[in-house]
Amino acid sequence: MATAAAHQPARTQQHGAHDGTAGATGTEDAHQRAFDAAVAADERIEPRDWMPDAYRATLVRQIAQHAHSEIIGMQPEANWITRAPSLRRKAILMAKVQDEAGHGLYLYSAAETLGTGRDELLDKLHTGRQKYSSIFNYPTLTWADVGAIGWLVDGAAITNQVPLCRCSYGPYARAMIRICKEESFHQRQGYELLLALSRGTPEQHAMAQDAVDRWWWPSLMMFGPPDDESAHSAQSMDWKIKRHSNDELRQRFVDICVPQAESLGLTLPDPDLRWNEERGHHDFGPIDWTEFKEVLKGNGPCNEQRITQRRRAHDEGAWVREAAAAYAAKHSTAAGHGETGVEQA
Amino acid sequence: MTNTDWPLWEVFVRSRRGLSHTHAGSLHAPDAEFALRNARDLYTRRGEGVSIWVVPSTAITASSPDEKDPFFEPAADKPYRHPTFYEIPEGVKHL
Ligand SMILES: [Fe+2]
Ligand SMILES: [Fe+2]
Repeated sequence: MATAAAHQPARTQQHGAHDGTAGATGTEDAHQRAFDAAVAADERIEPRDWMPDAYRATLVRQIAQHAHSEIIGMQPEANWITRAPSLRRKAILMAKVQDEAGHGLYLYSAAETLGTGRDELLDKLHTGRQKYSSIFNYPTLTWADVGAIGWLVDGAAITNQVPLCRCSYGPYARAMIRICKEESFHQRQGYELLLALSRGTPEQHAMAQDAVDRWWWPSLMMFGPPDDESAHSAQSMDWKIKRHSNDELRQRFVDICVPQAESLGLTLPDPDLRWNEERGHHDFGPIDWTEFKEVLKGNGPCNEQRITQRRRAHDEGAWVREAAAAYAAKHSTAAGHGETGVEQA
Repeated sequence: MTNTDWPLWEVFVRSRRGLSHTHAGSLHAPDAEFALRNARDLYTRRGEGVSIWVVPSTAITASSPDEKDPFFEPAADKPYRHPTFYEIPEGVKHL
């Protein structure tokens, strides 16, 4: 595939040291020192800079998982587009789902700057070799779920993503800045939707409460395993890919949500949730990590459905991609070559 | 896997008249026309632009990756190119 000259990873271009040949250790050390110094100085690492293999691999894995989550996340909400209760809500929901597709594309582009093609990443998603966020393996049972997802799922995503805007890898950080700008609409529309239901008929209120009851705990799990069990955390913090620990971000999210739930007139389904004066934070009950692990293993309510639908969408779109490529090929032979419209723009 | 041949394009967006085009990101598209349409949908959903350029990524020639490269050294030892290099007596105005 074509990779931008501007994006070409450095190792294929000039740094022989990278293939581990004997005698290259001095250069390798110098590169490592330059990399460490840049990270320590809070500078950004850019695509053509030398970087440790493990840093590159960690980024590809994290960015890919993030991109996959954006596009798989379109499914549970798209499920309600045809049944939105008003034209206003329908237009909003379509805009949100379209945004999520855009987020996926920003992130696939960022991953590509590391030398891994989008096709390869999609293939890994389709064959189960790369994961997406477990949260999207839960079903959207009622219209209120659209609100709960916007408020809690997008809310948790924002809490996770704001620090990623300062991630040490430039293209990832830039993608996150775009994404965070767009996410705040997602969260607010969800909150407004829930508020309308909460203040509506008793049935509507109950529907909103039920949705919050089902989405609260899975949202807390979005921050990942507790710090003492988190496999990659420490190294990612050293590399400044990650800026805060899982538990720290989870606590931040809980503290933000408690007063927001009060304003909604809804409760959070945790009897242990209370303000702790001493800590200056809310205490909350234990998270059921066995459920998390089961969903991660593929035994969630919708794992099978999500990936089947993704594969089908990809396969059914094949003729469109082929037609576009055929049209482009025909067009370029008919029109000669290379005239682009920059001067006239 | 069918779209392996779609080339990569770099997208530049002019956010409003009077400003230059700025790199916004990249995308895949079969040709320039599709690249423009995709760029509009991907990078200007909220009125972020009044004009878009798309450039095949392969058409870009970049300087070498290390930003401390000798390539940029000629600029480093010429402080007299900056207005702050010059000492002007106190009280002299509009200079
Ligand atoms: Fe998103
Ligand atoms: Fe979102």
